Amino acid sequence: MKDTTPSEVSGTAISVRNLNFYYGDKQVLFDNTLDIAKNRVTAFIGPSGCGKSTHIRCYNRMFNLYKGHRAEGEILLDGINVLDTKTSKLHLRHRVGMIFQKPTPFPMSVFDNIAYGLKLHNNYRRDEIEFRVKNALKGAALWDEVADKLHHPGTALSGGQQQRLCIARAVAIEPEIILMDEPCSALDPLATAKIEELIIELKQKFTIVIVTHNMQQAVRVSDFTAFFYLGKLIEFDKTNTIFTKPKKQQTNDYITGRFG
Amino acid sequence: MRISRETRRRLTSHAVLVASTGAAMLGIVMLIWILGDVVLKGISAITPAFFIELPTPPGMEGGGLGNAILGTLLMTVTAALMAVPAGVLAGIYLSEFGRDNVFGQIIRSLADILMSAPSIVIGVFVYLIMVKTMGHFSGWAGAVSLAILMLPLVIRTSEEMLRLVPNEMREAALALGAPYWSMMLHIAFRAAKTGIITGVMLAVARVAGETAPLLFTALNSPYWVNNMNEPMPNLTVTLFNYAMSPYNDWQQLAWGAAFLITLSVLAVTLLTRLLLRTRSHR
Repeated sequence: MKDTTPSEVSGTAISVRNLNFYYGDKQVLFDNTLDIAKNRVTAFIGPSGCGKSTHIRCYNRMFNLYKGHRAEGEILLDGINVLDTKTSKLHLRHRVGMIFQKPTPFPMSVFDNIAYGLKLHNNYRRDEIEFRVKNALKGAALWDEVADKLHHPGTALSGGQQQRLCIARAVAIEPEIILMDEPCSALDPLATAKIEELIIELKQKFTIVIVTHNMQQAVRVSDFTAFFYLGKLIEFDKTNTIFTKPKKQQTNDYITGRFG
Repeated sequence: MRISRETRRRLTSHAVLVASTGAAMLGIVMLIWILGDVVLKGISAITPAFFIELPTPPGMEGGGLGNAILGTLLMTVTAALMAVPAGVLAGIYLSEFGRDNVFGQIIRSLADILMSAPSIVIGVFVYLIMVKTMGHFSGWAGAVSLAILMLPLVIRTSEEMLRLVPNEMREAALALGAPYWSMMLHIAFRAAKTGIITGVMLAVARVAGETAPLLFTALNSPYWVNNMNEPMPNLTVTLFNYAMSPYNDWQQLAWGAAFLITLSVLAVTLLTRLLLRTRSHR
């Protein structure tokens, strides 16, 4: 891939070099190489099963949870190879947060949902925690809606609010990168719109990688778009370029709805 | 004469409705009969003395089952203290680490077999390993046999409840940089808490009414218990002995015991239901 340096604008957050991934004997990612730009939104698109989720689950070594899942190659974060087993998973996940497809509020109050992550990494005093919880909720555009419900269960919120709670939770521990794995696919259009607004706001402070099935969403929120097909990175460029003048035939077929 | 298809269907429908209602009624009638009998005959035995006094020899006025109530409580609580930690830990092993390895499969099958083992077999087993070797019946032996009965129930419900915690929730906690133990303790366990408590309570209710294992282990005693190392008075064996006795006042106490056991098991079950309901309403 020659045109994988869209990061000149703002620097590189993550460099992926020759990433291969295996579920047991089955290889699902083939030589993925790309750079994720700092403080930009990068969208991963492609048909189901093309490996985009698998790809981002390598960035925080989430796949380590499962037997037989194995990654080869390099994912460099400030020169450190994420995939190196010597790299601490806990430390890595402090730097690389993740939002999942289904909102996953923990079975505790709104406040404790966010405080849990904070307490994992720091020994904050009570008032410091309160301050940071409030800031995180504001950062996730949720404060106005939950200010009087901080001690209600997180599961009592609406789906969209739950997802923003999860974003607040991730934002609170101040990662550098936030991975989003189809964060809106379980939400209605209004809730989706709110999350998308939020994503655009969040990129001032964070680098965001979002996997999406929704091509309009990629156009609306992202600066760069990577198109995956059958585990291969087919094309990676400015979002505008991908959706108006794609260089590869496969990309063109996908974005015009000929398959996928 | 031809019966139209519609009529035939309606007739079949009615017949099945009547049959299934009848079958349901049969069960309910039996239950009400048993409960009614126990309540009617047992309630008159329930006096303050029933709870605080020792049983009297036949023919003497008064007396109660204070010692047996205390003994049953002591043994059930001790059994729970033994079975719950072990069972919950085993449940964690099965749900987190033993999902598809051989050891996990073996434990799981053994727990299932143990669950369907007749309680008298467990009584005899504990008789052999504890009563025989110690040389006497004891409350400890009784508690151990009840604990063995509770164990598989606690193991399997803990496992099931932890497995119901969505994988996404675990991943979300780990993705925040939580170590596995913290995710288990603060997130998965909290999510499964109500279910596990329900399982434990049902297991307690199940063993509280057991007689056979105690017959071989705790035996019974007409005295106040000094320590768990002696034969232990308990409600179920007392109920068994007194009901079989020819004395009217003992039979009366047996009804009282039956009433008390039924009521406590019912109370535990209802409490569990209530717990589940408040949970699902949230």
